[in-house]
Amino acid sequence: MTIETREARQPWILLSPSLVAITLLLVIPLLFIVVYSFWLRTATGADQVGFFLDNWTEALTDAFYRDILLYTLKIAAITTAVCALLGYPAAYFIARSKGNKALLLLLLMLPFWISYIIRTMSWINILGVSGAINSLLISLGIISEPIQMLYNQVTIVLGLVHFLLPFMILNIYVSLEGIDVTLEDAACSLGATRWQSFLEVTLPLSIAGLAAGGLLCFVLAAGTYITPVILGGPSDAMFANLVFEAIITQLDWPLGSALSLMLLVVLGALVLVYNHFLGMGQLMKGLGK
Amino acid sequence: MSWMILRIWTALVYLFLFLPIGVVMLLSFNANQFGSFPVTGLSFRWFFKLANNDAILRAFETSLLLGSLTAVISTTLGVLASLALVRYKVPGQNMISTLLIAPILVPEVVLAVALLLFLNALSINKSFFLLLMGHVIFTLPFVVLVVQARLVNIRRDVEEAAMSLGASPRQTFFQITLPLLAPAIFAGMLFAFTISFDDITGTLFWKPGGVETVPTQIFAMLRNSISPEINALGTVMIILTVGLPLLGIGIVRKMSTKSSE
Repeated sequence: MTIETREARQPWILLSPSLVAITLLLVIPLLFIVVYSFWLRTATGADQVGFFLDNWTEALTDAFYRDILLYTLKIAAITTAVCALLGYPAAYFIARSKGNKALLLLLLMLPFWISYIIRTMSWINILGVSGAINSLLISLGIISEPIQMLYNQVTIVLGLVHFLLPFMILNIYVSLEGIDVTLEDAACSLGATRWQSFLEVTLPLSIAGLAAGGLLCFVLAAGTYITPVILGGPSDAMFANLVFEAIITQLDWPLGSALSLMLLVVLGALVLVYNHFLGMGQLMKGLGK
Repeated sequence: MSWMILRIWTALVYLFLFLPIGVVMLLSFNANQFGSFPVTGLSFRWFFKLANNDAILRAFETSLLLGSLTAVISTTLGVLASLALVRYKVPGQNMISTLLIAPILVPEVVLAVALLLFLNALSINKSFFLLLMGHVIFTLPFVVLVVQARLVNIRRDVEEAAMSLGASPRQTFFQITLPLLAPAIFAGMLFAFTISFDDITGTLFWKPGGVETVPTQIFAMLRNSISPEINALGTVMIILTVGLPLLGIGIVRKMSTKSSE
């Protein structure tokens, strides 16, 4: 064996364990649930192997599933918009601040190290019947009975924004950091106001980061299972809750497969559109940080 | 003027991020008999109750074991793959990179369902093994991203210099490459461990009955009612996952400034 062929084989030897793992634990399982979604669950509880369109007909035509899918996408869209509005100014401040940039970035990383379920349930301490806000209002004599603020759409969005905001800020920050500050100064010296130079120079240049953060927020929000269970009410089920219900509670695996694939196709289409226009590079930059 | 508004806005955003966490920590030391507001005094009772809660202690053991095994396997796979991608020109590099990070792009529920159903068809039922495989595949992309970002900074000519000075490939690997890789390996393991320790959605699909990790145990406790023990547990976890690493960074900094003096 010559040195060249050894050199050429080496990367494949290094890559093979990961590629085998991904193939066996992700690619083939995904293909498998495509097949599974055409099987049928019989009344006896056994799965009937074959090619039946029943699950897909049910998943695609039943208004119940369609409404929950639309509700899920709505919640994800609102969450993403709120994250962008809250996060952009903060990211801008961090990117342009001179002093404690490192500290601000470190603080932004901290939530990633704190348990997601603890962060989600922490809102019960704030908004719950015996939480901070109700206790404060009662002790001030403004209200006499606690107000129920939890378990609705708003608290789901609140929980999701709390979870996803650091992703958004970091992605916007990465793209703002790459913009030459002197560009804005140049625009100003050519007669633009600060606001104009921001709108016409900085904002367009940071769209890539905003889009990367937006994609992450949207996909993670739309796939969430835990937040609606902890912070939502009984009628606030999102799509992942449906999937869980079908797979774990009802054990209807063929229908659960079809529902999972529906979510995958909708969110996958979004990722493909993003990839087509912006490529995966920006997303990787934000994630690798 | 507008800078001032930005400063206040940013401060409010950080307050929004940290206030609820601060309240968790505050309430965990609360003497109030229900552990809720108003705060009546300082007490460690919820921590004592927590220390005597067998279910949580068992969940901690499971999570530690699962997280450690996930970190070792996932980092081994991830470091090897990253070495290949950073060091060599591989045909189809872009496609391979996309494939390696694909588990992030697939919603976690879908990943969980696919793995559960496929391994079940191979007669591998819900088990610790299934849980471990799930966590490995779920953490692998993060490890690859973090390790790759570190690896790019390691220059290859250091190894070539060692070789040209007479080191054997084996010596070069153990004395040059491995020490240089150590921070990347450490970062990868820490990352994989944290993600595994924190994971709940996939875990709920994969875990066999009776086995709980820390997050699923908290989740089960939340379904009954919010107990102050959960706040105490939250505080313990925050101290473990945030306090210790920060302390570590601080010590390393102090040591490195001392040695450079």
